[in-house]
Amino acid sequence: MEIEQLEKVASQVRRDIVRMVHGCQSGHPGGSLGCTELLVALYFERMKLKEQDGNVVFDMDGRDEDLFFLSNGHISPVWYSVLARRGYFPVSELATFRKLDSRLQGHPTTHEHLEGIRIASGSLGQGLSVALGAATAKKLNNDKGIVYVLMGDGEQQEGQVWEAATFAPHHQVDNLIAFIDLNGQQIDGPTVKVMNNRDLGAKYEAFGWEVISIEEGNDMAAVTKGLYEAKGRLGHGRPIMVLLHTGMGYGVDFMMGSHKWHGVAPNDEQLAAALAQLDETLGDY
Amino acid sequence: MKKYTFTEKKDTRSGFGAGMHVLGQQNPNVVALCADLVGSLKLEPFIKENPERFIQCGISEANMIGVSAGLTIGGKIPFATTFANFATGRVYDQIRQSVAYSNKNVKICASHAGLTLGEDGATHQILEDIGMMKMLPGMTVINPCDYNQTKAATIAIADYEGPVYLRFGRPVIPVFTDADQKFEIGKAWMVNEGTDVSIIATGHMVWEAIQAGEILEAEGINAEIINIHTIKPLDEEAILKSVEKTGCVVTAEEHNRIGGLGDSVAQVLVKNKLVPQEYVAVNDSFGESGTPAQLLQKYGLDAKHIVEAAKRAIARK
Repeated sequence: MEIEQLEKVASQVRRDIVRMVHGCQSGHPGGSLGCTELLVALYFERMKLKEQDGNVVFDMDGRDEDLFFLSNGHISPVWYSVLARRGYFPVSELATFRKLDSRLQGHPTTHEHLEGIRIASGSLGQGLSVALGAATAKKLNNDKGIVYVLMGDGEQQEGQVWEAATFAPHHQVDNLIAFIDLNGQQIDGPTVKVMNNRDLGAKYEAFGWEVISIEEGNDMAAVTKGLYEAKGRLGHGRPIMVLLHTGMGYGVDFMMGSHKWHGVAPNDEQLAAALAQLDETLGDY
Repeated sequence: MKKYTFTEKKDTRSGFGAGMHVLGQQNPNVVALCADLVGSLKLEPFIKENPERFIQCGISEANMIGVSAGLTIGGKIPFATTFANFATGRVYDQIRQSVAYSNKNVKICASHAGLTLGEDGATHQILEDIGMMKMLPGMTVINPCDYNQTKAATIAIADYEGPVYLRFGRPVIPVFTDADQKFEIGKAWMVNEGTDVSIIATGHMVWEAIQAGEILEAEGINAEIINIHTIKPLDEEAILKSVEKTGCVVTAEEHNRIGGLGDSVAQVLVKNKLVPQEYVAVNDSFGESGTPAQLLQKYGLDAKHIVEAAKRAIARK
């Protein structure tokens, strides 16, 4: 897909995010908006997905296709929107986000059998381990698919992440690309103030990972280029870590760069102000 | 009363290792994981024959649970193994979210459960694991009673789709069940029929219950002994059928009296048929260092205590 088309999808995904969060007056818009380019680029351009007659099809095992895991499950709005827009489930279902009897739970789950989701996430620090297991299963199955996993930067404070970070190079899991959403914010404030992660790139390198950076994580061309580069480094005995520099709340001026919009929903006025900044490219749900 | 004899004593963890050896040969999807306790879990035969299907996780139990959950995506059947303390309490949230809530086909296989781990003391003697694991929706909880039953259970859970907690232990105890038994998840095993009291036991306590039954018989008391190897789902029918006959119950488990087999049985009785119940269990305390026999005696879990509990239960009828 051309960059321009991917950007159009991203604009619609951002509209979906703010509308979903507004619709239930809860959820996490900031991180969702910041990771929009990554998820759109993955699902609409880079990932090899199982398709039948031009439509994506979902099965839990995900053999011979690329897999994506969202470890920081609270940014579910961006994932739900991208999955729906890619065709995994009806776009109209986005209106049920976080409401009673919905398959779109506050945090992603397999429990409601939502197409596209393969593990529950929300309690932080677990997704990298799960992705390593899925990548190992692919190797055992002689399956050439790639496993992608996204984590938050605040999430790097969880101890389990570093258990997984030690495991991956030891077992040469080189069919996996992990991302850290480096937006520098977490619930209680800037990450450097709450609990300074210091140099995450140096840490992962010291653990034996190959580390690359995407400095402009909200520039679609930069993201697709970075993903291409990451993919090119697979298969050489080392797991790949991509440091994705994003802006929390990117695309909605008053939400940008502040932890205040980590988990707060816009009111009616704020919604209108946000939507005015985002083109409706694919039709609202 | 049926007499149970034995010719050898073995540890239940070796039954697990033997079961894994069989699974390694029979089921190409079975993958073993361990957190730096290969020798303790008796995994050497499996690893020797299937090195590519063994994943050493190091001392990182949380990651091991997550990797196991991920392995199921792609059709593998992971057996995640370590000591019971580190397989449950240490990684409860990982099991809750990535395994139970996600309904992943992970087998959590835990050795050194309970007091009879012995000399290592209370840091390792988990007495709360059955409670924690049975509270998780969808989790099957199994605590077999000897080497042969543990081996059979290990083989059986590979064919069952869904998360399982398999609990076994370190001490050598009599091997008294059949070598070629068929293990049915959720089905109680009638050890001995009787009329005066139902002794419902799990794990290492089954052998203690058998011995208690012999002591009681000598005193003219006819005890029915039931092995509940599957604590969840519980064979309610077998329990109710037994108490219809005997009118009172003793539950015996190597676990805290809070939240274990006894409480599961009590729920069945409260709902269906109120009869006196006596608990043989650890009285809401931690353990300590000692030999298994010393600990069972001190914490009130040996045959003698089951006999006393049976008499109390009968007196309350």
